[in-house]
Amino acid sequence: MIEGKILKVSGPLVIAEGMREADMFDVVRVGKNRLIGEIIEMHGDRASIEVYEETAGLGRGDVVVDTGVPLSVELGPGLLSNIYDGIQRPLEKLKEISGSNIARGVYAPALDREKIWHFETELNFGDRVQEGDILGIVKENDVIDHKIMLPPGLEGTIVDIHSGDYTVTDRIGKVKLPSGDIIDLTLIQRWPVRISRPYAEKMSPSVPMITGQRVIDALFPIAKGGTACVPGPFGSGKTVVQHQLAKWSDVDIVVYIGCGERGNEMTDVLLEFPELTDPKTGKSLMERTVLIANTSDMPVAAREASIYTGITIAEYYRDMGYSVAVIADSTSRWAEALREMSGRLEEMPGEEGYPAYLTSRLAQFYERAGNIVCLGSDERKGSLTAIGAVSPQGGDISEPVTQATLRIVKVFWGLDSSLAYRRHFPAINWLNSYSLYREKLEDWFCGNVSREWRELTARCIKILQVEDNLQEVVKLVGIDALSAEDRLTLEAARSVREDFLQQNAFEETDSFTQLDKQLLMMKLVFYYEDMAKAAVSNGADIEEVSALPSREEISRFKSVEYDRCREEYAAIKLRIKNELDMLAGASDERN
Amino acid sequence: MVREYRTIEEVAGPLMLVKQVEGVKYDELGEIELPTGEIRRCRVLEVDGRNVLVQLFESSAGLNLAKSKVRFLGHGAELAVSEDMLGRVFNGMGEPIDNGANIIPEKVLDINGSPINPAARYYPSEFIQTGISTIDGLNTLVRGQKLPIFSGSGLPHANLAAQIARQAKVRGKDEKFAVVFAAVGITFEEADFFISDFRKTGAIDRTVLFMNLASDPAIERITTPRMALTAAEYLAFDCDMHVLVIITDMTNYAEALREISAARKEVPGRAGYPGYLYTDLASMYERAGRKMGSEGSITLIPILSMPEDDKTHPIPDLTGYITEGQIILSRELYRKGYLPPVDVLPSLSRLKDKGIGKGKTREDHAGVMNQLFSSYARGKEAKELMIVLGEAALTPIDRLYAKFSDAFEEKYINQGFYENRSIEQTLDLGWELLSILPKSEMKRIKPEYVKKYWPAK
Repeated sequence: MIEGKILKVSGPLVIAEGMREADMFDVVRVGKNRLIGEIIEMHGDRASIEVYEETAGLGRGDVVVDTGVPLSVELGPGLLSNIYDGIQRPLEKLKEISGSNIARGVYAPALDREKIWHFETELNFGDRVQEGDILGIVKENDVIDHKIMLPPGLEGTIVDIHSGDYTVTDRIGKVKLPSGDIIDLTLIQRWPVRISRPYAEKMSPSVPMITGQRVIDALFPIAKGGTACVPGPFGSGKTVVQHQLAKWSDVDIVVYIGCGERGNEMTDVLLEFPELTDPKTGKSLMERTVLIANTSDMPVAAREASIYTGITIAEYYRDMGYSVAVIADSTSRWAEALREMSGRLEEMPGEEGYPAYLTSRLAQFYERAGNIVCLGSDERKGSLTAIGAVSPQGGDISEPVTQATLRIVKVFWGLDSSLAYRRHFPAINWLNSYSLYREKLEDWFCGNVSREWRELTARCIKILQVEDNLQEVVKLVGIDALSAEDRLTLEAARSVREDFLQQNAFEETDSFTQLDKQLLMMKLVFYYEDMAKAAVSNGADIEEVSALPSREEISRFKSVEYDRCREEYAAIKLRIKNELDMLAGASDERN
Repeated sequence: MVREYRTIEEVAGPLMLVKQVEGVKYDELGEIELPTGEIRRCRVLEVDGRNVLVQLFESSAGLNLAKSKVRFLGHGAELAVSEDMLGRVFNGMGEPIDNGANIIPEKVLDINGSPINPAARYYPSEFIQTGISTIDGLNTLVRGQKLPIFSGSGLPHANLAAQIARQAKVRGKDEKFAVVFAAVGITFEEADFFISDFRKTGAIDRTVLFMNLASDPAIERITTPRMALTAAEYLAFDCDMHVLVIITDMTNYAEALREISAARKEVPGRAGYPGYLYTDLASMYERAGRKMGSEGSITLIPILSMPEDDKTHPIPDLTGYITEGQIILSRELYRKGYLPPVDVLPSLSRLKDKGIGKGKTREDHAGVMNQLFSSYARGKEAKELMIVLGEAALTPIDRLYAKFSDAFEEKYINQGFYENRSIEQTLDLGWELLSILPKSEMKRIKPEYVKKYWPAK
């Protein structure tokens, strides 16, 4: 075992000598508290070590021990419904060990060593297996079948394998490698977090990830296997958007990374998710969720690792053939952790003090998303969608982290504080947001929802743009200068904004909207617009048409339950028509 | 064993380099003995071989390289705590300055605290009634929340904070309550305002004061808020009290941090503040909250003045990213004479949704809140338009909205620093103002509540 001695301590950076034999990126244990750290630079026999815990109390001469392995995560049954810190320590376990505050140097294995899992296999003696092949199934919970796979890089012949009850470290069987060596198989495998897990082939995304969030699904959809970012100043509702995605996205697994954010937000997820049911499976949402929490009061170095820990766990489930979403809140805190370490290493800074490798690191992270064919002879398919929140300083998206992110991701949901002030939530600005998947996914929407989808969503985007132009005119010369038709366009655009795009995350029915209900909502707004324009051109009074009583019904349509929405839709349509006919009738009488 | 060193090599600004030391640890506390016998304190910022870089907590005036001695104490900065701290006044380093006896410690705590396990937090959801409509009705404060006040020079943030401290209560309960007040680099007058206000209401007996005034060393400001939070943690989590912590002014704290960072020649982030300002602020703000295994709570109200009223300045900006909302004061409202001048639209309480509604405040609270927000926003837009184009250019409905927003500012926001409104009064006032608008505009409120609460005329 390689042992060194501390030479220098400066915040989370420790320099130790006598480390010539150690490998780059090895995990080391520092000092008598055995704090966890990672070697990030080597100079002769001096290693620069990033320590993932508070370093107060360390001094010259304290011992540093090399563990000989890079920073890795444990992968196996028991990950789901769990909450981990940035270096995969189970927080519930830590609570038992050290109470409500996290003491330094505490350690517990990520996967429970005592829990018994039932392993079911169909393989037999003599079966040939290759990397990624499924050895058997463990029912991790009511929702997810955890597929135990042969770790990447291995192939051979099964010598021994049996169904039965095992802990994660028990031997479930043996495999004979081509070299003749026989190795044990367990339910657990390890993977270094900084290296992406291998797959057979990458494909272009083509299926949308349905989120039930109207502004996202209809205007700026994201594909399964795609990448998106949510930048916004504080108070614009980033976290609520992220939580909504974690709750309602139609994926099999969600990995939620709270990176340098508020402790209470993670607590909120912990308390709320078990209560919510997944509309797809009818089971608790927590059953499909893994939480990684590095709250802002936890050590900054572990923040840097938390993103990688999260995405590696996500890749593992992707490799089983599941669709997985990684939601990271917020990548800016991760970038700041990079900046802090870079500063301590006395590297030459790039823009705003961020290291020059910021862009490439971000790109590496997002590139781990994708639609893939998994390793293994059954050629199953999995997808990994990555969504990152960005917290630009002062809401100014010209800052380096946002700009570097925008160069990589395909979907941009720009949050706007002026919308948030008006309590328009989700405060996604419809004028500057975009989705590069929109065209690609239209075929899917038209085929699976309705042929009108393309036309209606395009009409939404267009009317909002027209509204913006008309508002300029109104600001200059007043509403009276507009033609009746333009005024109705403004009314309809307002209706699109208020009755369609606005969505209340805290109201039961409104929190998630099925695609066909979304379609009806759009149709209702445009039905009003078309009918109102026709009525006005037939002489109805513009004020009365704008103040049509049934418009209130349109605005309340979002809280109509899904089961009743078709009949309600028909009823409202009828009411609009009747009311407008009455107005037209009244104007006929006047003439 | 405590060793003494006479090997001070350099002193520059708040930093000092000591050579040839043995066994000194990172973040350890030290004492410097001047030739005159005076003792000053310092802490280790960096250990590099046998040299250590230390940060002075006080000024370096009179420090003599050859004759001064340094001792390292073998532990970090600590605070002796006990329930007897209530009613006492301490300086920024935690030493009593009210001529009273020294505290007999129940416990000695590291002032840096340690991170709270998110799996061991309770989500804050208990409504605190502050008696201020703009807070209770629109930006509800809950127990265990951290809600800063963003102010500017010349705005009455002190009055608002004092009003909250005076009026805040959880309804229907009578529990152990305490205030911890940290003055960070503020003037004597401002500090005196708080003290005499606490004295007037009798709250002083339930208050622990930490004073670092503008004339005290700037470097001490780094520890003052941490001292206060450590005391608050003891009172909340060991003595099961509900503690309200007021820290004013965080801008002075951040400036002290910048001073040290600059002296260490670190690569600066925005506006010269160190890149770790976020992490540093978070390590304090996150100490607010509720924890399992304890009845108590820490509710934190830091006050900070925004340079040039600029919300995008790094200090308010980073604070806003950590805290659970913000109360912003408006110069415009203040000039109009509306007190407390809470700028309603950009203010926010993130935890309000869990603290309001049936069983907590009243069933119609959420709807009324959203309706007031959006109506006021629309009214303000209409008024802007009116300034450009005149009243005639508005549609009849927008004219009503403009009228609403005036009435809202005059009655709802403007309540003065001494009126204590119950939540029912606040909600009823909201309904009264909303009734300026036609009933059909109440799109954010459930129809059954509109029916139930719409004021009869």
